[in-house]
Amino acid sequence: MSELTLTANHLVRAAALPAARGRSTEWTTLIGRCLRLVRRNLDAMITSIMLPVLLMLIFVYLFGGAINTGTAYVTYVVPGVLLLCASFGAAGTAVTVSQDMNGGIVDRFRSLDVRGATLLGGHVVASVARNAVSTALVFGVAFAIGFRPHAGPLDWLGATGVLLMYVLAISWLSAVAGLVARSAEAANGFTFLPMFLPYASSAFVPIDTMPHWLRGFAEYQPITPVIETLRGLLLGTPVGSSWWQALAWCGGLLAVGVTLSGVLFRRRTGS
Amino acid sequence: MAADSNGIEVEGLVRAFKDVRAVDGIDLAVAPGEIYGFLGPNGAGKSTTVHMLTTLLPPTAGRATVAGFDVVKNGPEVRRAIGAALQEAALDPLLTGRDHMRLQTALHGIPRHERARRSDDLLERVGLTLAADRRVRTYSGGMKRRLDLALALVHRPRLLFLDEPTTGLDPQSRNALWQEVGRLAKEEGVTVFLTTQYLEEADRLAHRVAVLHGGRIVADGTPQELKAAAAAQRLDLTLADRDAYAQVQRVLGDRALHADPAGLTLGVGTDGSAAHLRQLLDEIDPHSALVRTFEVRGATLDDVFLALTGTTAEETAGV
Repeated sequence: MSELTLTANHLVRAAALPAARGRSTEWTTLIGRCLRLVRRNLDAMITSIMLPVLLMLIFVYLFGGAINTGTAYVTYVVPGVLLLCASFGAAGTAVTVSQDMNGGIVDRFRSLDVRGATLLGGHVVASVARNAVSTALVFGVAFAIGFRPHAGPLDWLGATGVLLMYVLAISWLSAVAGLVARSAEAANGFTFLPMFLPYASSAFVPIDTMPHWLRGFAEYQPITPVIETLRGLLLGTPVGSSWWQALAWCGGLLAVGVTLSGVLFRRRTGS
Repeated sequence: MAADSNGIEVEGLVRAFKDVRAVDGIDLAVAPGEIYGFLGPNGAGKSTTVHMLTTLLPPTAGRATVAGFDVVKNGPEVRRAIGAALQEAALDPLLTGRDHMRLQTALHGIPRHERARRSDDLLERVGLTLAADRRVRTYSGGMKRRLDLALALVHRPRLLFLDEPTTGLDPQSRNALWQEVGRLAKEEGVTVFLTTQYLEEADRLAHRVAVLHGGRIVADGTPQELKAAAAAQRLDLTLADRDAYAQVQRVLGDRALHADPAGLTLGVGTDGSAAHLRQLLDEIDPHSALVRTFEVRGATLDDVFLALTGTTAEETAGV
């Protein structure tokens, strides 16, 4: 190729530096991608729905007869199962985030000027969507086996809000775990923590039946006030100070998750 | 360099990870429309350099200008001017080829009505039209590389960075990719910065080559210049037996450009003149007892590599 055509060619091309895109396109595109990944990953979706439903059936029909909570056990246990379901679903964020971080996909997005907040935020929004579906299904099965809430529209709204806050908090904390983990398998290991916390809370059995040393932990860990708030709103039991404790826990964990993930993302990407 | 240029200028670029200097002060200039080969073994600092030039990694010291923009101060402008296909194509196994194109065109801010056509054109150009709606999980290594190249081209970049684009590909896929890269530079005036550990690839594609070793550029020039500088020709000697082989190897020492113990063959650089050949043979085999046959051949980039780095590319690549 002659020098002349080279120059002419590159001058023509130089005139057309592609335009920058808006931030809203960045958000909608990244959220769209994560939602599509959720839909394509049926295995994970089925597990995150089947597991809580199966656990609910096991607790109600196998253990329930032996547990005395003062009400029908199905009524007592549904808020706990909802939370277990939410914990499990939200913890999956750790796996999806670590897949992006360890597979070089993060570099593709960074070379497209996508910020860490959007990349991680897309996963969190997808997690909320995934949880909305699985929560609805758990409610459906719960109704079918005799769960009868006493809640007005405001109570439902409140319960949805508390669950949403909880899912957001656990999702962002899981994103942190996904940023720390060096492989998707390691990130998967993290998901056991939020899954087991509900057992050491008032989710399945009243706290005063637990041994003394465990009672202190169960009473002051974040899951218990969230569950008691849900129970209060859905069943009309006394909420007491649980609601603000629940909001404080969720808000605090959310703030920690968002801040830490920002710091870790910058550290992981070396910028 | 003027801001409208699509070349690359690098001065004293350094990147240190803790106390290791992965890139240890490199200078280079790539002219617009040129294919520049960045050749080196694993761990030489090729990918680290590409990450700095594509703004993914901030340099520890030095300065780099890509398409007329400083990679530290004008990151967003650099990113819009360049396309990059980085090592091990980073794709979502659950998404289809077309999903990826849709994502990439949207994130590049290409107007909605142009996205589908641009995607179809590029998928056709890299031969993925039939596989466009299949999930990437089902793609072969060559298909993934081709999709990665199509993704890097959606915004019609003036500069293209390819980090080991053909590693792990079969010869047929490699040839197809070489053809497309050559076409982009020739017909569309795209500047290409290409890293590779394959000498053949650099020889075949690049207008100019830099040899990287231990984070430094140890040689640069056209493939022909490099070959000429190392040794215009190579004298290959086939020795009579193992003892003769060992003896000649001792005499040659570091000068041996090629060593094949199984074939009892040793190679040494020469200018190809009769006088030099006679002198070499007299020095190596004064009693005409050790060398069975000899052959004079043109030097390959392999010889250059060996002469410059003291290892063969294959050894360091673990092939």
